This record gives sequence, structure tokens and C-alpha cells, in this order.
Amino acid sequence: MTTQRTTGRRKQALAAAAVVAALLSTAACGGGNDDDGGGSKSGAAGFNAANNKVAQADLAKKGGTLKYAGAQDADSWDTTRGYYGFMWNFSRYYSRQLVTNATEPGAKGAEVTPDLATSTAKISDDGKTYTYTLRDGSTWEDGKPITSKDVKYGIERVWAQDVLSGGPIYLQQVLDPKKTYKGPYKDKSADKLGLKAIETPDDKTIVFKLPAANSDFEEMLALTSASPVRQDKDTKSKYGLKPFSSGPYKFESYTPNKAMTLVRNPEWKQSSDPVRKAYPDKVTVNFFTNANDMDQRLIKGDYDLDIGQTGLSPQGRTTALKQHKANLDNPVSGYIRYAVFPQSVKPFDNEHCRKAVIYGADHESLQTARGGPVAGGDIGTNMLPPSVPGAEGQDYDPYKSATTNKNGNVAKAKEELKACGQPNGFKTTIAVRNNKPVEVATAESLQASLKKVGIDVEIDQFDGAQTTGIIGAPANVKKKNYGIIIMGWGPDFPSVQGYGLPLWSGDYILESGNNNFALIDDKTIDGLFDSYTKELDDAKKADISKEINHKVSEGGYYLPFVFEKFINWRSSRLANVYTSDGYSGMYDFVNLGLKK
Amino acid sequence: MARGTAAGPRAVLAYLIRRLFAAAVMLVVIILVVFCIFFLVPKWAGVDPAAAFVGKQADPAAIEAVRQKLGLADPIFVQVWEFFKGIFAGRTYAAGGDVTQCAAPCFGYSFRSEQAIWPVLTDRFPVTLALALGAAVLWLIVGVGAGVLSALKRGSLWDRGAMIVALSGVSLPIYFTAMLSLSAFVYGLKWMDGQYVPLADSFTGWLGGMILPWVTLAFLYAAMYARITRATMLEVLGEDYIRTARAKGLTEPVVIGKHAMRSTMTPILTMFGMDFGALIGGAILTETAFSLPGLGQAVLSAIRNQDLPVILGVTLITSLAVIVANLLVDLLYAVIDPRVRLS
Amino acid sequence: MTELSKSGAAVGEPVKDSSTPSAFLEVRDLKVHFPTDDGLVKSVDGLSFSLEKGKTLGIVGESGSGKSVTSLGIMGLHTAGQYGKRKAQISGEIWLDGTELLSADPDYVRKLRGREMAMIFQDPLSALHPYYTIGQQIVEAYQIHHKVTKKVARRRAVEMLDRVGIPQPDKRVDSYPHEFSGGMRQRAMIAMSLVNNPELLIADEPTTALDVTVQAQILDLIRDLQKEFGSAVIVITHDLGVVAELSDDILVMYGGRCIERGPAEKVFYEPKHPYTWGLLGSMPRLDREQTERLIPVKGSPPSLINLPSGCAFNPRCSYADVPKDNVTRTVRPELAQVGSQHWAACHMTQEQRDRIWTEEIAPKL
Repeated sequence: MTTQRTTGRRKQALAAAAVVAALLSTAACGGGNDDDGGGSKSGAAGFNAANNKVAQADLAKKGGTLKYAGAQDADSWDTTRGYYGFMWNFSRYYSRQLVTNATEPGAKGAEVTPDLATSTAKISDDGKTYTYTLRDGSTWEDGKPITSKDVKYGIERVWAQDVLSGGPIYLQQVLDPKKTYKGPYKDKSADKLGLKAIETPDDKTIVFKLPAANSDFEEMLALTSASPVRQDKDTKSKYGLKPFSSGPYKFESYTPNKAMTLVRNPEWKQSSDPVRKAYPDKVTVNFFTNANDMDQRLIKGDYDLDIGQTGLSPQGRTTALKQHKANLDNPVSGYIRYAVFPQSVKPFDNEHCRKAVIYGADHESLQTARGGPVAGGDIGTNMLPPSVPGAEGQDYDPYKSATTNKNGNVAKAKEELKACGQPNGFKTTIAVRNNKPVEVATAESLQASLKKVGIDVEIDQFDGAQTTGIIGAPANVKKKNYGIIIMGWGPDFPSVQGYGLPLWSGDYILESGNNNFALIDDKTIDGLFDSYTKELDDAKKADISKEINHKVSEGGYYLPFVFEKFINWRSSRLANVYTSDGYSGMYDFVNLGLKK
Repeated sequence: MARGTAAGPRAVLAYLIRRLFAAAVMLVVIILVVFCIFFLVPKWAGVDPAAAFVGKQADPAAIEAVRQKLGLADPIFVQVWEFFKGIFAGRTYAAGGDVTQCAAPCFGYSFRSEQAIWPVLTDRFPVTLALALGAAVLWLIVGVGAGVLSALKRGSLWDRGAMIVALSGVSLPIYFTAMLSLSAFVYGLKWMDGQYVPLADSFTGWLGGMILPWVTLAFLYAAMYARITRATMLEVLGEDYIRTARAKGLTEPVVIGKHAMRSTMTPILTMFGMDFGALIGGAILTETAFSLPGLGQAVLSAIRNQDLPVILGVTLITSLAVIVANLLVDLLYAVIDPRVRLS
Repeated sequence: MTELSKSGAAVGEPVKDSSTPSAFLEVRDLKVHFPTDDGLVKSVDGLSFSLEKGKTLGIVGESGSGKSVTSLGIMGLHTAGQYGKRKAQISGEIWLDGTELLSADPDYVRKLRGREMAMIFQDPLSALHPYYTIGQQIVEAYQIHHKVTKKVARRRAVEMLDRVGIPQPDKRVDSYPHEFSGGMRQRAMIAMSLVNNPELLIADEPTTALDVTVQAQILDLIRDLQKEFGSAVIVITHDLGVVAELSDDILVMYGGRCIERGPAEKVFYEPKHPYTWGLLGSMPRLDREQTERLIPVKGSPPSLINLPSGCAFNPRCSYADVPKDNVTRTVRPELAQVGSQHWAACHMTQEQRDRIWTEEIAPKL
């Protein structure tokens, strides 16, 4: 009886789904077909016109309201506390740093360029001292000049993790690895500038003294968490509700999870800022809870772009690709989506068993599960994202995952199983977040292809909201027998350190909050990271990155699925649009302009 | 023999006080239960809310500090007591040289969005209330009307048609009908903008933003109410006192409109009270689908951000709504059904 | 022409002509059939009787014999407000005070209801609206037919409640039905029925829901009121004792038809139909101890869709084989005169019946 009813319900739902699909496509037709893939009547720049290049730069005019839509608010708008990629990107509207990502498309956007500083750092020969001079004329929103002390205070706030938790702590790790400084709120000195590693001999000069060289230090200074904060305007934990602006825009209003409006900061002078163009008069953000509704409104033209920059949802994507291709870009996100094999779970302690899974997997089917080559990305062949210096992309393919073995190689997999001492295969469990349907789909694909080589896999969908607690504890992983974990990772800043250190360094194996899921504790890899941080030459840094990638990939700790790509929407009103590797393939927010 | 006529004002007052007291006790129980769910269950599951809060680069010292600040280190009864105290006396959170005031009535403080919960609730509640009220008016008119007509024209084409529509209304998920109406009227025909505008900004804008959510939500309930009205009406029409009414020579409109409706509306009203109360908390899906900034949306964002204090606050306020709605129904019931004794 | 009994209640064969009768109420060949999925339910199938003002007719039968359907038919309640149900098929004639009701305008009949003809229902608790006070319900009944103010109507309601013997009527008028005892409720019901001084009062099982002492009070009340108002009264019951007390004439129904009728004392003391004997046997007697009781009426009432062939009572009749040639199972007996103003439908001869009555039945009663 109950079953019958369920079936009846399901039938109704299916029928209704068909009706909706039909309605959606007719609705989309109402919008007119303005796609020809390369520029259109509506003024859209064309498919991929802004992907790694600047679209319609000369059409950008001063003025207008730039309208963002978002499905989720930032973790915090406090420059010290934000960790979401889009927050770092967006923060440049109201916050400046000594150096920042270049406002250039593609790979150039990941390069560091002077902002408040007159030039990039003067680095001592031992790579331990960085000196900057501040530019004249840069001011806070109340007109007072931005001083080196403001920069120091802003950076010191990172040390106050007990009050300002959530943001990246690279600066703390590099400048004060022993945590001798307790943060400005517990600072006994009168000016609260007690951090020894930073010196401010005068208002225009700031000197960083690193206990040990780190060749990515300037990248870390380009992070939002290195923004200046003025001490008398520091509202501590509530700073994120209304950060005091050093950039071209300031907060007019903000209601968390609802809406936000930024208006021009009249005290900001174009002449003082070599980076920001500040085209629109106003920047608004509206938060939606229904991602599909948001996508539809983007397509309808109510909003200009998605602040989250995570790409259109499947439904919106289908409509947009059909009807509005000229409004879309298909950038690489910098994320690699992969399966990782914890070595604590037998038989994954044996590299041959790991490789058996890599060879047994149907890489094309995994790619399809991720959304196919366009929405999902190219088949992942190694562990360094294409946006990171030293990356080789599909040119480096140790398991021939994108070529000969793209549909799996059963013979090779069985060979590896024999070498592993499990000729008849084995049983294990895949852990996958239950709130990520795409990840569940990849787990199912993997399950199906591994069955062919005799590896029997059970899928365990865990509460995605509790990711850190469940798979971030190696003891729990071992207890639950999670031999395969489905995850993804993107770089905090585009370098092998910014991407791989927490994943592959033996020093980063933590009892909780662990991200080195594979539990890689390899002296060679740790040594390579050491030499990377000491190497100041970019070409040599790239070589080391390459070497680390080879070590990790060949160790068979990971089965990469895709070098992720996504479908991103830009309205026809937008001008001067380009994606930046500095922000994982997102559009560079700060220099977006409107055409009228 | 004479068993007392209609209850006097004193009886009503005593009844009211008794019910209010019961409601207060209920609320305290709910707070306890909710506390247990939100603060004990993560503990059993081995998940540390403080660690989840600190984020990607969790520093043990920071986790400990957050634990102190959130009061998670205290025993549960201390946490509950602090919470109760906060409602009446306000609360101060202090950690790491940072002091946060939460004025009374303090229903907790969100360290995610750095806001006290009470202002969030008072900001969001009117939206949810407007959604629920508007939808309720619609569904009562349409649902009860259709149900009565169906009952009077039992077996007719109208009756069959209406009941098929009602069945689909009951079985289609709200998310689905919401998407359907958005696709048709907002994205497709573009009859309206379909975005929420505060009433204070523009009445027509507000109406334009609320109309689809009202209709969509009302559709589900109207369907339910039509079915129940029809069934109840048919049952009532078979009652002896309806035959008596006719035997008195009353005209059909009076028999139906007065005698039959009076009895039909009694169970409907009870159901309405429950539904309306539950709707205050249960409009999550509708609010989500239409991106209405109500309580449901607040709780959804809170779930995404693991913002426990907001979830706790919303849960409490919606429980309160359900309790109040039930209380009103009980009182109303005593008024409309003389057989319910106020003792 | 219909022959009238002295008592004024109906006698004679069904009359086919449609001339205006002289009796106050005359029912001719009334048929009430209900179409159902299982077939046509012939609840009343060719019933005729007449009744004069000031007289009382008792209709007796088991449940399902068609007696209540008959009363609702007279009131016109089979056609009013039967939403979506399959319509009852009604034929025959019902003449009330010179007007034929079945062919009359339904609204005309509605206006008669409550004013010219009123009804007292079996269970006053379910027949009174639970959400309105007794007063409200009586006031409503009065105001439909009289253009008077609420105040006047209310005074009338109090007066009626007083008349039917409810103490403190000016207070109890504001009580709800559930605040009354069963007997009081039935008194209130009677007050409501009589509020417009109806010429015809139909009491459908007026005492069934009440306990024995209250029953007697209610019957007394009805009798007194009839004397006072001079109405024609139909009392419908399964209890022969009730009609014996109240009625001038008795009509016994079985399977939707009349099987015996005549003046009350005749039917009661010289019943001519085995079914009536059974009813008498099942009647509780207060006047004497019963040492040996008749088995009331064995078996269950017949299906109204498929009545037994021949005499509808034959499967339950202990004397079905008394008449010759199996006639009881093949031929339906017509009403035949068995005495002065007394008719019965039975195949047994007068002698057979007299013998069985005097030898077998009467001594046991």
C-alpha cells in the first residue's frame, strides 16, 4: 500500500518535472536567443571572451551600480577573518595592502604588484628581510593618511586568533612560528605594536624580519589578511560588520545574509592607487537562498554576476549554454577534485593497492560525473593545479589517465593488485560528503569501475557540514575504515606551498582539522618544501614545484578526477571583465566596470 | 441538574492563566530539549562546534578561546541558566580582550555574523508573518470555498476536477510549485519582478514580491483544506440537526451557510491554528525558494554556516509561535464550541 | 371513494383517482425508492392512509420497515438538500389540507414545513444543533414563519418551554442542548416543533432514546398538547405499547408496505396478522408478570431490494405453511377487511387466524 503510494507520488513528481522542464525552456526562449558564441546584439562579449583575457575594456564607463547576487554571505568581511576566495577578491573594494595581485587577466593576475607600497619588497640576500616604502597620498575613509603603523597593526590582528578566528594564519606561521606575540588585544605596550618581527622606523617605512626565509612571503603579504587596520577604528570581533575603508569604496549598509551596499569613498584618490580603477559609483550585493533562483535572475539581467563565483547551477547552466553562450566564460578554477587514500587504512599502506585503484578507475566516467569537460573540467592527471607556477597540466600524466587508460586499465590494475598481495581484490569504504551530489556521483562511478577489478567498495555518505570533524581526524578515518575519501582543494595563493603544504607535508598531519588525508610523511617531500621556501628565483621555484608534484603523483596517494572548470556568468552590462589566476579563475571584481 | 450555562469571565480568566502557565512550562521544556540537541549531540558525534567555527586553519589555542567565548566549556546546566538569564537580564560575552554586549532580551549571540539574535528575529519575523498571514487568508477563502462547493456538488465534474487539483496540490512539493510559478511568471512571462521589497519601501513592490509566495504556499494548504472541508461538510450534512433545520422550513442557504458551516468550521479552525503556528517555523522552503528574508531563510543560512545560536533562537521563537497559536485555538475553541468546558 | 373509519383514520384500498380528498391528510399509493449500487431500495412501496385533525395515527414497524421514510416523505425531506446523492424516486400523492405536496413547488412545501407540519425526531441530542442554544433554535424556528422581532420570538420560546414543562424556562432558554438531560431535550424539541402551532405533527420514535419513566411523561405531554392544539398527529414507533397509549388508529408496516391497520383497540386486542402478534409479544408489559414469553419475531427484516416472493413476511412466519398450496411463498397477500375498519394482509383464513390467536398467542401475552 505504502509502496504503491510512493510510486504514485513519484510518478506525479516525474510528470510534474517534465512540465517544469518544458516551462523552463519556453521561459528561457522568452528571453530571446542572443547567442552566437562571439559577441551579440545584447552586447555580451562572447563565449570565453573574458577567460584569461580582458573583454570590452574600453567600454567601461565611470558610474552606475554594479549588482552582485550571492547564494551565501562571506564568512566575514573583516580583512583578518575572511577565508572565502570571493571575500578576498571583493575586499579589494574597501581594503588595500602593501602589495596585491596584479589586475591582469590569467596567470599575470597571480603576480604580485605594488599597492600601498611604492614597489615590491627590497629583499635582503638571505631572504629574511623585506622592506617596503609607503606611497604618498593614500588615505583612510576619514582622510587621514595610511601609515606603516596601520599596516603593522592590521597584520598583528592575525595573532588575535582567540577573538578574530577564521582567517588564514600564514603570516603568523612565517613571522612568529613560536607564537611569542599574543596579539594586539593582549599587547601591554602603549601603541599595541609589540610584534618584534615587524619594524616601523617611520610612517612610510615597514620592515619585516623573518626568522627563516620563505620565498612565498610576498604572496602572503598580498593576502587580504595583511590589510592595514586603524587601531582607533578596530571594533574587534565586530569589525567585519563595517570595516574602515582604505580603498575606493566604503560600507554604506550591511545586513548579514541579506544585503550589502558599498558607495564611493570620497577620500580615496585615483592618483594614490596604481591598481584600482573604481568604475561604478555603487556596489550592491543581494543574498539569495535559492541558488537556482539566483541563476535565473542573473540570466534575466537583474544582477551582473555571482559574488560566490562558483559557477552556474546545472539548471541555469543548461539554459545559459543554450541561449546566452556569449555571456559565459569557462575558466579553470584552480581546484583539483580527487580521491585520496589514507595510508592508515589497509591495504592502502601499500602503494600498489593505491595504484590499482588509480588504474582501475574510469577517468572519463569520473569526469562525466563531475559535469563533463566543460562544466566539470579536463581529466586530472597529476596533483598541481594549472594556475600554480610549475604546473604541467595534462602534459604530465604518469598513469596515462587522460589518454590510453582514460576508461580504466583492468589488466594493469590486476597487476598492481598482485604486487600488493591482494590478487583477488579487497574491500574498502569510500567516504563522501552527503551535501555534494556531484561528489556522490563520482563515488558511485568509482564504485562501478572498481568492481571490475575485484575491489569491492561501500559508499558512506557523511554529514557534509561536519567535514572537519569527521575526516579531519585521522583516528576517526581509521576507525571508520575510510580507504578512499572524496575531496577537492584549491590554492590559497598560487604556489606549490599555498596549495600543497597542508596536504602533503608531514608537519601538517594533525589530530584534528587535518588536511593531509593521505598522511604523507615523506622526508624527500618535506625537504623539497624546505628548499622551495628558501629559493628566491622564480624559475627554480617552478622546478621544485614540479618535482614535488611528481613525487606526490607518483606515490599514488591521490586519484585526481579533474582540473576543475566552471561556467561563470557575466551580464551584458559588464565591461573590463577578465578572469584572474590570483583569485582561482574568478573575475577580478575590483576593476569591473559598467558600459553605461 | 442545571449544569451551569456559558462560562463567566472569571472562568475564562482562570482558564487563560492556566493555559498560559502550561505554555510557559512548555517553552522551558523546549529550551532544554533544544539545548540538548544543539550542544550535546555534537559532543556525542565527536564534532567540536568550536573547531568548526574556527575554520580551515584551526589553531588549538583559538579553538579553546572560542570554546570559552561561546560558553561551550561550561556544563550544560550552566549554559542553559546563562541563556535564561540572558533573556531577562542581557548578557556579556568576553574573551581575549574583546567584550560583546547582548542587551535583554538576549536570545543568544551569533559569533558568525557578529549579531545578537533578538534583532535578527525581530527583523525577520514580520516577513514570515506576512507570508503566513497572506497565504492563510488565501487558502481559507479558496480552500474552504472549493471544499463546500465540492461537497454540495458531490460527484459532479466540478467536484472531481477540484479534488484532482487538490490532490496534486497536496502531493507536489512546495519547492517544486515555487519553481514552476517563478519560471512561468517571473523568468518567463515577466509579469512581476518577484523579489522581496520591504513594505516600508513600496507597497506595490511588496505586494508584487509577496503575491507568488502567497499563492504558492496557499495552493498547498488550500488543497488540504478543500479536501478536509469537503469531507467534514459531507459528514455534517448527514447529521440529524441538519435534517431538523430543514424540517423547521429553513431555506437551503441558511441550512448550509449557518447550520452546516458552523459545524464544518470548527475542526477547520482547530487545524488552522496548528497549521498557522507551524507555518511560522515551517515556511523555510517557501522563503528559500522565493528568497524571502524571513525566519526560514535566516535559519537556512545559519545551518549552512553552522551558526548554532541563530538556529537555537529561531527554533525557540517558532516554538513560541506554535504554542501561542495552539493557545489561541484552545481559547477560540472554547468560544465556538459550547461543549468544551472551561474547567 | 375512501371509506373513513369512525375514528377518522384511514381505511380502504389504495385509491387511484386524484380528486381532492376530504381528509386533512391523505396519502395515496406512496412509493419512495432509493437507487443504490446494489439495486433499487424500495423503502416504501405503495402506502395509503388518511388522517383527520385532532386524531392520532400510530405507524408501527421494525427499523427498515419504511415508517421513518414515510414521515420524511410527507415532510418533503427526501428531496430537500440531497446534495450529490442519487435522488430518491417518489411517486404517489400526499394531500395536506387540500393541496398535493409531491407535485407542489418545493419552496411552497418548505414554507409548510415547521408551520403546517412539524416533526419531533428520535434522538434530541443529535437532532438539536450542538453549537446553538435551545432558545436560539426555537427563536429561529419561529422567526422563519413569523415576522416578529427577536424579543417577541424569545418570549414565545420561553412560553413554549414553560408549556412543555421545563422549569425556569427564562433561564434554560439560554442553555445549550448538552446542558439538558435527555427528557428535557425532548421537551425542548417538542417545544420547538409546536412553536408555530402546526396542524400536523409527526413524532418519529419520540421516546426511544429516553428511559421508561421519562417516556411516559413525554407521551402524556404529546397527548395533552394534541388535545390543546387540535393537531393531527402521526406517531412512528417500533413499540406497539407507545401507540396503544396515544393512537386512535394503528398502521403496521412491514417491508415498505402496510400489513395491518385498524382502530387502535382492534389492532391491539384482536390483531389479525402474525407479524403484529410478534410485535405484541415483544412488547414489554408493565401491568403483569410474564411467565412465558413469545419469541418476539425471529429472523431479521427483509432486504428492501429483493423482497421475499409471496408474503414478504413468510420466511419469518411460524404459520407460513398453514395456508394450502404454498401460496404464502408465491402470491403476495392484499389487504383484506377482517373486521369493522380493520384490514390485514394475510393468506390465512379468518378461522385459522382466530384459532391461532385464541389458542396459541393470547394466553402467552
